[in-house]
Amino acid sequence: MEHLLNVRDLAVSFHTHAGEVKAVRGINFHLDKNETLAFVGESGCGKTVTAKTILRLLKPPFVEIGAESSIEFQGQDVIKMSKKNLQKYRGKDVSMIFQDPMTSLNPTMTCGKQIMESVLLHVTKNKKEAYDIALDTLKMVQIPDPEKRMKQYPHELSGGMRQRIMIAIALSCKPSILIADEPTTALDVTIQAQVIDLLRELKTATKAAVILVTHDLGVVANFADRIQVMYAGKIVERGTAQDIFYKSRHPYTWALLNSVPKLAKERKQALYSLRGTPPDLILPLEHCPFAARCQYCMPICKEVFPEETVIDGQHSVHCFLTHPNAPAVTPLYQMEVSS
Amino acid sequence: MMKSDIPKEKFEIIGADESQQELIGRARVSYMKDAWRRLKENKTAMAALVVLCFLILMCIIGPMISGHSFEEINPAHRNQPPSSEHWFGTDRLGRDLFTRVWTGGRVSIIIGVSAALIAAVVGILYGGICAYFGGMVDVIMMRILEIFASVPSLIYVVIFSIVLGNANLTTILVALCVAAWVGPARLVRGQMLQIRNQEFVLAAQALGVSSFKIILKHMVPNTLSVVIVAITFAVPGFIFTEAFLSFIGLGVQPPNTSWGALVAMAQSEFMFFPYQMFFPAIMIALTMLSFTLFGDGLRDALDPRLRK
Amino acid sequence: MKLVVYILKRLGLMLISLFMIVTITFFLMRSIPGDPLSHMARSLPEQTRANFMARYGLDQPLFNQYLIYLRNLAQGDLGESLAFPGRSVTETIGRTSPVSAQGGGIALAIGLVIGTVLGIIAALFRNRLPDYIVMIIAILGVTVPVFVIAPLLQLVFAVRLGWLPTFGWGTPRHMVMPVMVMAFLPIATYARYMKSSMLDTLGQDYILTAQSKGVSETNVILKHALRNSLLPAITILSGSIVGIFTGAFVVESIFSIPGIGTHFVTSIHNNDYTMIMGTTVFFAVLFVVMQFVVDFIYVLVDPRIKLMHETH
Repeated sequence: MEHLLNVRDLAVSFHTHAGEVKAVRGINFHLDKNETLAFVGESGCGKTVTAKTILRLLKPPFVEIGAESSIEFQGQDVIKMSKKNLQKYRGKDVSMIFQDPMTSLNPTMTCGKQIMESVLLHVTKNKKEAYDIALDTLKMVQIPDPEKRMKQYPHELSGGMRQRIMIAIALSCKPSILIADEPTTALDVTIQAQVIDLLRELKTATKAAVILVTHDLGVVANFADRIQVMYAGKIVERGTAQDIFYKSRHPYTWALLNSVPKLAKERKQALYSLRGTPPDLILPLEHCPFAARCQYCMPICKEVFPEETVIDGQHSVHCFLTHPNAPAVTPLYQMEVSS
Repeated sequence: MMKSDIPKEKFEIIGADESQQELIGRARVSYMKDAWRRLKENKTAMAALVVLCFLILMCIIGPMISGHSFEEINPAHRNQPPSSEHWFGTDRLGRDLFTRVWTGGRVSIIIGVSAALIAAVVGILYGGICAYFGGMVDVIMMRILEIFASVPSLIYVVIFSIVLGNANLTTILVALCVAAWVGPARLVRGQMLQIRNQEFVLAAQALGVSSFKIILKHMVPNTLSVVIVAITFAVPGFIFTEAFLSFIGLGVQPPNTSWGALVAMAQSEFMFFPYQMFFPAIMIALTMLSFTLFGDGLRDALDPRLRK
Repeated sequence: MKLVVYILKRLGLMLISLFMIVTITFFLMRSIPGDPLSHMARSLPEQTRANFMARYGLDQPLFNQYLIYLRNLAQGDLGESLAFPGRSVTETIGRTSPVSAQGGGIALAIGLVIGTVLGIIAALFRNRLPDYIVMIIAILGVTVPVFVIAPLLQLVFAVRLGWLPTFGWGTPRHMVMPVMVMAFLPIATYARYMKSSMLDTLGQDYILTAQSKGVSETNVILKHALRNSLLPAITILSGSIVGIFTGAFVVESIFSIPGIGTHFVTSIHNNDYTMIMGTTVFFAVLFVVMQFVVDFIYVLVDPRIKLMHETH
């Protein structure tokens, strides 16, 4: 089956004073129509860079995309796309919601104009029609008093409302793919749930495929069909939401799952926290990048990077614990649940 | 799929290695070292620094190597073009311009640098008091400052030059600094208030670091870098203002001289003896240019936001 | 409503500032040792001297002189020239300032437009040839004093090439060189400011949003970056206006333009204290009013300043 988006060997690096920082280190993934794919990982693991690269938003000369890399969208390679085609592709085929709604909207342009700008570029040249479409989109994102919002400037709206405007901009041209980069991180906790619920509803309504980038597995839980866990620029485990939440095999995934607060648990238990920090991406990292922080680290982990092991179906993992010679371990996650 | 020829002993759980967790790929460098490295990489700034050093050196030794005194009048050698005897030529009184240019340079550079330093010190005190005490003290002191700031500083300079009369180094410095502290005061106050509200200072306070240590460790270095850059940018401004004062007749009085005074004197005869103006003018331009370019480099080097 | 309160508040502050400036200037000028006559080095008979003092109110106690000065000032009367008895300071300023305003205004307008355009070009071609050229022009404009540029232009265009008149005022040909010289500083200031403002704006998140919508590079700049980087440039306008006026002191003297700058320099040479003081007060008023106008324009055009809109 032809995938909607097919990413092969994606490598992205930044040139800095200190040297080349390899933010994304050769990852492969695909996205099908109508599905939600989540990228999960700590800050600096390369998930946002991946998302921005899909829209080619990172610019040379400081950013370099690997020569082997390809991002195929409906048969076209986005990396080789001409400027003109890129402009048609952005916003129309794939659109994006950014992390901070406080800074992602143009402060000197009314919200209505910012939504209409997309519509006028991709859907219609008629201003009246564009206005109607923009207004409909505002109604769709359930913003109160949409006519009034059209005329307002971003600074006159609250953070939650601004993020709804951002979503409206992104969905106004009915894109096939919506990329949401940490869409709730900058919002109040009470608003976070609302925005996620809204995104889920809209996904069903518009039939767009969604790429959700987040560090919070809680956000992903009832939303994503598939989850890819990223660490130090690599995908270390991938699978369906079921696989990741109930049958995960990578110690890093276990650590992430443990750091999600759970209401059902005994209140007194301290929340798990993973010690240490991710490795500096300027290092070559030929071995497993998680080795230094891994409770189950073995000598082999410090020598080579484990190849992908398919567990079953879509579930696969890069970890030596799945090697036939490795000792059997009790996953940290299940251990905690049983206690 | 996985290579199964890996020996068994490689699969023995050894656990997390704490010592490896914080492994940082790049060498840790201190703020000042990093700033210095960036400054050294900036070729324009380094070239400007070399030119400045050369100009200052010439101002020190220049008047001694020509064999002429700056006051020495030689009616036989009036308005001579540059020659082996008079390297920069002579003025309308037959004085050696090479000597006068470097003597004038002493005055110009001393005035520029001292005025910038005085303005910065007064500004640091004023702004620091505003930021430290806050409240009513701050409100009143800022109101006073706003009144000062609401008039172009050149007007003060002119009025004070007239009021103080007989221009000499001290009166010129006083006149130049009357309003010049306003900028640095604002800068220091703003910077200190901004730092005070920043998370790392709050964090330091929460950790029980004494306020004296906070001022010493956070406020001073952060404010100082801004002030140093401001001083570098202020020097050419003062050199220009002094030249301007000399030009309208309120600057250094004869027989003393400065670059501005030399230009002013040459201006009337510029059509006939352009070289008389050329040398002091080029020195003013070169000094201002070097200070500005060096300041640019310094600012870029000290700006931690550019730190990579 | 909010706007009215804002304007009234600013007007009030403006008047206080002006009052302070006038007071300080008055007492400073009066604190000059000796009386104005002794500085003018004229030996006059005692009776003439007394008449002179009475004519300028200098025989009154200092505080009375101050009150009289304030009362006259409120009526727009800045007194009479000391160097040229009979000549009104207000009238002289009224005669000379339009000349300066004309030259300065043209220079400022040209400077703003060219400087802004150059700054944008520099930002868009960052670290490429156009950027370097613009930055060289900008650095030269800031660092080469006007009294160096002006004679240089005179030498080239008037003396060597003979294209333009060296001195004087009146015809457009006379205006070319002074305007060029005066425009140099605003060109440099604005080129530098616009470049950094533009680069700052281009690094903002909303530029990324616009790009992700599929807006073309040209339109990202024209519709999103330009307006947002132009707005803060309004705030340095009052500084440039002052720069033009102080530049005029020198430029007008060099080109013998009968403007307020030449006049001010002449009054300094003549120790014409009433004239110096009148001109100073005039400059102060001008500057304070300009600042007010510029701030007001900024409030009007930038929607982020929440003055005019109801807030949440």
